[in-house]
Amino acid sequence: MSQPILELRGVNKSFGPVHVLHDVDFTVRPGEVTALVGDNGAGKSTLVKCIAGIHPTDSGELLFDGEPVTVGSPRDAAALGIEVVYQDLALCDNLDIVDNMFLGRERLRGLTLDDAGMEEAARKVLADLSVRTVKSVRTSVASLSGGQRQTVAIAKAVLWDSRVVLLDEPTAALGVAQTRQVLDLVRRLADNGLGVVLISHNMNDVFEVADTVAALYLGRMAAEVPTADTSRAQVVELITAGRSGDLGIPAPETATV
Amino acid sequence: MKTARPSPSPPTSPSKDFVMTETPAGTRAAAPGSTAQGSAAQGSTAVADFGIDTAQRGVRQAIGDYFARLSGGQLGALPALGGLVVLFTVFTVLSPQFLTLGNIANLLTQGAGITVIGMGLVYVLLLGEIDLSAGTASGVTAAVWALHLKVDGNLLGGMGSWVFYLTLVAMALSAGMAVLTKLHVAAIPPVLALVLMLIGLPANPWLEMLLALCIGTAIGCLTGFLVAKVGIPSFVVTLALFLAWQGVVLLYIGEGGTLAVNDEVLFNVANGNLSPLGSWLLFVLAGAGYAAVVLGRHFGRLKRGLVVQPTALVGTKVGVIVVLGAVATYALNLNRSPNEAVVIQGVPYVVPIVLGLLVLGTFVLDRTRYGRHVYAVGGNAEAARRAGIDVTKVRMSVFVICSTVAAIGAIILSSKVGSVDPQAGGGNTLLFAVGAAVIGGTSLFGGKGRVRDAIVGGAVIATIENGLRLLGEPAAVVSIVTGLVLLLAASVDALSRRRSAAAGVR
Ligand SMILES: Nc1ncnc2c1ncn2[C@@H]1O[C@H](COP(=O)(O)OP(=O)(O)OP(=O)(O)O)[C@@H](O)[C@H]1O
Ligand SMILES: [Mg+2]
Repeated sequence: MSQPILELRGVNKSFGPVHVLHDVDFTVRPGEVTALVGDNGAGKSTLVKCIAGIHPTDSGELLFDGEPVTVGSPRDAAALGIEVVYQDLALCDNLDIVDNMFLGRERLRGLTLDDAGMEEAARKVLADLSVRTVKSVRTSVASLSGGQRQTVAIAKAVLWDSRVVLLDEPTAALGVAQTRQVLDLVRRLADNGLGVVLISHNMNDVFEVADTVAALYLGRMAAEVPTADTSRAQVVELITAGRSGDLGIPAPETATV
Repeated sequence: MKTARPSPSPPTSPSKDFVMTETPAGTRAAAPGSTAQGSAAQGSTAVADFGIDTAQRGVRQAIGDYFARLSGGQLGALPALGGLVVLFTVFTVLSPQFLTLGNIANLLTQGAGITVIGMGLVYVLLLGEIDLSAGTASGVTAAVWALHLKVDGNLLGGMGSWVFYLTLVAMALSAGMAVLTKLHVAAIPPVLALVLMLIGLPANPWLEMLLALCIGTAIGCLTGFLVAKVGIPSFVVTLALFLAWQGVVLLYIGEGGTLAVNDEVLFNVANGNLSPLGSWLLFVLAGAGYAAVVLGRHFGRLKRGLVVQPTALVGTKVGVIVVLGAVATYALNLNRSPNEAVVIQGVPYVVPIVLGLLVLGTFVLDRTRYGRHVYAVGGNAEAARRAGIDVTKVRMSVFVICSTVAAIGAIILSSKVGSVDPQAGGGNTLLFAVGAAVIGGTSLFGGKGRVRDAIVGGAVIATIENGLRLLGEPAAVVSIVTGLVLLLAASVDALSRRRSAAAGVR
């Protein structure tokens, strides 16, 4: 097994009195797809936002390439090569597709924006993702359908030479054909040596593309197991009960001993 | 959705599609008919899906697209321009004096002050914020330089010691706030203002203008800090400051006092004209610059094979604007004096001032990274934050820009009146300036607007005031009509937002 590219150790995160993440350990390996599963409110998105530098963690360590790093802002995460597709997409409706894809990392030519260069690059990435339904890359994001917006958000993450890509429910709003394409893309990214984290509620998707499944249960990491060594029923049990057989969080009786 | 849904692709196709495909030369020349739908149905060459991006459109198609955008709610400055044409026609019919050279030149200088303040406000409105204090803040800047002019640099004597020292402390605090927000450039003008006040150089018109700008920046730092860093809603902060600055102006000038603008340069800002030669030079400079920028961008994109408007259309547009500029320059170079003993001719100085600010402001918004970030924060602040943009800094910066530009507006306003009194920047100044931006098409909801909107809107407001006064209407009618027009503009904004939520290309 390869060295982890991203590793979380004992991460805690509270929003005021709400303790959302409890001592979470999480490992992402290059060349693998790690599925992050868990019920609504388990803390999946929060975990992703902690990695992305949007929420500061309360305690715990983040290791990148084996080195301890601090990610204090989204900029730090981007500098490390961490890209995120957020569940709420985080696009600016008043800007067009190209502007959104390069937001915060605009290409310059001297002092001014290199709009033509960015437009070419954006078209290329979208074409590679075989986006079919967007009429023009200068279309404002406000006028796109949910699936198209999702594709733009994914394309935005793929545009950069990233090393870790985190996708928070990227197929939630997609049709059958587009879901296929995104899953293919997820696989391809991993095959290219990136560490990929896929959050999904769909067990078919998880078992199709993931190498490892990590299950969060009420903010605790119940188990992180190779997909090959587990079954759907077991994962569902981990999600809903936090344990399954000898996997997962120990039962309360044993924990108190 | 206008775009075509793809036909479900065969199971093998997606992976094949992902292989990098260079744009085939043929796609660029693809006939307009074979756009998105056609190629998506074939589904083999991914790049062909962007056929419409590279296929050059004909004039008719481009005009058709334009109307499609309009019906999609992307109106821009069009309603205001239409309104301006209607106003001009009505007033020309009703009043023989309206369309005279003297009155048109007068109109330009009447509208310039609020237009300039409105141009700065566009930046604030783009973030969905408001600066209600821009008017009275501009009054503060005017009071300081007018006092500096009157007392020949001895502000300590002019203000009295405790007001003077408090002002110094305020400057230092402003600089500190700029540094705290990491907006370091904005710390320089307040420090400069502090130094200028301390060393007390003798009065000089250029020095007064510099002082005005520096004080404006300092005020902007304070407003911006309270909104962006402390997190008080801008409406509350600027409402409070609106009142406070009125008091400060009184403090500087004194109850019932008036400071005359006894300086030729400062007086000429709003009342002087370029020489006829200077006017033509301005025309050549502005016309050539405009043509160079527009055509340069057009042919640059054409060369790279990116989508452009048809060359004929772009050429016509540039041609029409240059010809209009030539006609205006010619007309303003005719003698418009009603009195035979004196000659009044040339383009008013306010025109190059407003044009200069337009070019600078538009350049910053359209062509720089900072400008892109302003739009982004206005569109979705959280998305901007996640993209690594320092939202606090951007939010603070727009208030700094607004107040600094408002200081220029105050110079024009005071110059026009010839004096600075305790009412400077008060009354309707701010409302007209906000009105100018909104009537021109800048959205109060943030994310949408351009600097030129303030010019179009400012022209509408100035025309209403000027025309109704010529017709002998009282101030009451002027206020009511202006209010109604503003209401109309805000409704257009709200309605076009609803429409463009459904469809539209920017
Ligand atoms: N900004 C916030 N402030 C306070 N509480 C928050 C915040 N963000 C998330 N939470 C809380 O943290 C918990 C975990 O939320 P999170 O969004 O991470 O869940 P999730 O696993 O992504 O769920 P879903 O599958 O519905 O997306 C929830 O109880 C939520 O209410
Ligand atoms: Mg979530």
